[in-house]
Amino acid sequence: MSAARPIANTRSAAGMPTGRLAVWWVIASEIVIFGGIIASYVMFRLSHDAFTAAAANTNTWIGAFNTFVLLTSSLFAVLGHKAAEEGNGPKAARMLYLTSLGGLTFLVVKSFEWTHEIREGFTITSSTFWSFYYTACGLHALHVLGGVIIMLIVAADARKYLELHRVELIGIYWHFVDVVWIFLFPLLYIAK
Amino acid sequence: MSHAEHTPHAESPAYEAHTHHPNYVKIWAILASLLVVSVAGPFVGIRAVTLITAFGIAIVKAYMVVKNFMHLNVAPRYVAYLVGTMVIFMLLFFAAASPDVMKARGTDWEKPSWLHQAPVAVPAEHGGEH
Amino acid sequence: MAESIQAHPHPHGGPHAHEEPGFFRKYFYSTDHKIIAMQYLFTGMAMALVAGFMSYAFRMQLAFPGMHVPLYGLVTPNRYNTLVTNHGAIMVFWVAMPVLLAGFANYLIPLMIGCDDMVFPKLNRLSYQIFFLSVLVLIASFVVPGGGFGGAWTSYPPLSSRGSFSLTPLGASMWLVAVALEFVAFLMGGINFVTTAMNSRAPGMRMYDVPIVVWMIVVASILFMASVGPLIAGAIMLFMDQNVGTAFFDPTRGGDPILWQHLFWFFGHPEVYVVLLPAIGITAEIITVFSRKKLFAYKTVLYTVFGTGVLSFTVWAHHQFIAGIDPRMANVFTITTLLISIPIAEMMFVYIATLYGGSITLATPMLWALAFIAEFLIGGVTGIFLGASGADIYFHDTYFVLAHFHYTFYPIAIIGTFAGVTYWFPKMFGRMMNDTLGKIHFWGTIIPFNFIFIPLFIFGMGGGHRRIYDFTNFPELVPLQKYNVIATCGLLVMLVFQPIFLFNFFRSLFRGPKAEKNPWKANTLEWTAESPPPHGNWPELPTVYRGPYEYSVPGRELDYWPQNAPN
Repeated sequence: MSAARPIANTRSAAGMPTGRLAVWWVIASEIVIFGGIIASYVMFRLSHDAFTAAAANTNTWIGAFNTFVLLTSSLFAVLGHKAAEEGNGPKAARMLYLTSLGGLTFLVVKSFEWTHEIREGFTITSSTFWSFYYTACGLHALHVLGGVIIMLIVAADARKYLELHRVELIGIYWHFVDVVWIFLFPLLYIAK
Repeated sequence: MSHAEHTPHAESPAYEAHTHHPNYVKIWAILASLLVVSVAGPFVGIRAVTLITAFGIAIVKAYMVVKNFMHLNVAPRYVAYLVGTMVIFMLLFFAAASPDVMKARGTDWEKPSWLHQAPVAVPAEHGGEH
Repeated sequence: MAESIQAHPHPHGGPHAHEEPGFFRKYFYSTDHKIIAMQYLFTGMAMALVAGFMSYAFRMQLAFPGMHVPLYGLVTPNRYNTLVTNHGAIMVFWVAMPVLLAGFANYLIPLMIGCDDMVFPKLNRLSYQIFFLSVLVLIASFVVPGGGFGGAWTSYPPLSSRGSFSLTPLGASMWLVAVALEFVAFLMGGINFVTTAMNSRAPGMRMYDVPIVVWMIVVASILFMASVGPLIAGAIMLFMDQNVGTAFFDPTRGGDPILWQHLFWFFGHPEVYVVLLPAIGITAEIITVFSRKKLFAYKTVLYTVFGTGVLSFTVWAHHQFIAGIDPRMANVFTITTLLISIPIAEMMFVYIATLYGGSITLATPMLWALAFIAEFLIGGVTGIFLGASGADIYFHDTYFVLAHFHYTFYPIAIIGTFAGVTYWFPKMFGRMMNDTLGKIHFWGTIIPFNFIFIPLFIFGMGGGHRRIYDFTNFPELVPLQKYNVIATCGLLVMLVFQPIFLFNFFRSLFRGPKAEKNPWKANTLEWTAESPPPHGNWPELPTVYRGPYEYSVPGRELDYWPQNAPN
């Protein structure tokens, strides 16, 4: 069938371009997904003394480093948005590549972190704290990975000055992934 | 290297530009400093301080990212209401479920493993159910 | 007619060669919203046959315990659990959702708001593919060792988390995966529905000119997107419990099964409104057309729906009144539950007021719409008994609950479907269905339907509990067994009449009299397109000048006034 954009896509009766409106709806539904798991974690955390002891074993420095990596990648994402708005496709793509690099760094660090923790004996079934830890961070990591993949696709187009509006859209998604981590970090690493 | 002029987005729909961009690097620097403070918080040793630096700062950082990076402040108002409503729903969920989930016993029930408090999580040799 | 604003002057979205796609591309790989709607509709209706057959099998067992059910065999206790579980799950997730939400939403939204397709056609196609995958996973779960999941559609742990309890460990995990895939498909679909309806309205179509069914679908999609998150989180946790050995919901190892209940019902209650609202919307469209009258109070209905939507997030624990929740919470949820009956009742009153004084034509779609109102009312008032936590202590988990929710779900999923299909059939397929056969099918469905569930109210009140395999094991219930028999006989009669619909549907599809553009003389935009509409819907997209319910306007010659007519 036709790959062209339908007229429906170009209208904006709600005051926002369609793509951006859609991304905000995605963000809204993701808030309740992560909200569900985080709320469940908090309920357990506040009622199980044993959690505090288990949480003592997460590595705050690695967590902080990863937080810094994501923060910086968000900076690159928004700089990419600015470049795209100025019409500078190649620069926007470069920014997105840097953002992706941040995301990949995050994932690599996390895999080393998890490997170390598993070797220490803290597996997903060690205690409910660790079950939450791996599940919540795992879900987040999947979103990071998905974001990186989409970002690379958008960057490939942006380099050729195509679909530049999508740079902002994947940026909004990426910032959301960053915000989720902003909350996961204190919950899992600092509150001990 | 860089295309200085505004290229019309031939393949994209109408794209209204933001009238101003804040200094993103400055925002990033503030966020990074807040991160440092939140990591340093626990070293003070006072629980209340740790909570404020950890979660208070998290809220501030999230607000800054949402406002400055995601441009929620220039988006139509209903987007903020949408996002805010989702957060409120999560608080509602927490408020209504926690009286049950956070208790070890209730009317005619108890959670056996909660009452005989399990010892500190000893790393299991092999996790998992038999 | 004024040309609408957009970047591309072409009729439907871009320069491309118009060679006709092959059969497969056209019907199985299309991005056209109408084809995708058909895919959802047909899949949903096929799954209704599957779930309907399941209800036949277990009702035969309930009425005549131990018999070899024709076309099925012996219903063993394990098979009973699987049948009951999957009947419920399929009807909610694989019939009501795809038909009412994805099917009608996909078909109607672009046509009713005057644009050429959904805003993200490829995402739309992907959503159906993921949905179809969920169907395959579910069907596959029936043939794995252990059989299909048998832990009830609510999947409470620890029954659902331990294979040694449910006896269907593989089925349980596959069921979860199927449900999760279905959720992903509908999240994608929902993005399309909401974004399209918000952004792509025809020029001149203000918020209050949008047909009610579109509003209802939008609100339903929003409710879905806002409520499904915690259950997705819960499903991930349950899957972990089942397969990895975590203990999120295991009370013997530090977990809490009540958490699952909260996560499930936080979604589960808004979910019933997710399926209700499209059905209510379809009813509104039909009754206005067939009484030639304006909707009594458009804005009131709208604000009521918004209020209902918000309130629906505050009632969920009424499903958990006797699960051991904090009694103070039960008080709160009783109040909110009873409150929510008010806006729904108000909508019913608006519909009755719309009918009052109208020039009523009892065509088949109208019969279904009227039946929706009447039967749903019974469902609604019986819900009041259940919403009051004191009464619910007795009624919970009895057949009273079951009859209540069948008096709500059945109008939603079955009556709503028949109403929508018989009403929009001419537009969808370019042919008219046979009205006489439609009426025979209608009465042959509605009357037996009541014979199924009224006895079950009585049975429930007398103490008949849900999810029991053989009631003759309980001496105190043996005198009530006759109600089980009546209910099953009602079901058998109802099933006998369904082939009439299938015959009518398929024969009309190929041999029905050709339909004109607007056989029902309705106002909304879809009736200005060809029957069936081509790809792109209109050669020139319409402009709108008024609301959708300008029927019998005084001083006008015709009793209807299409939205796109300049004067």
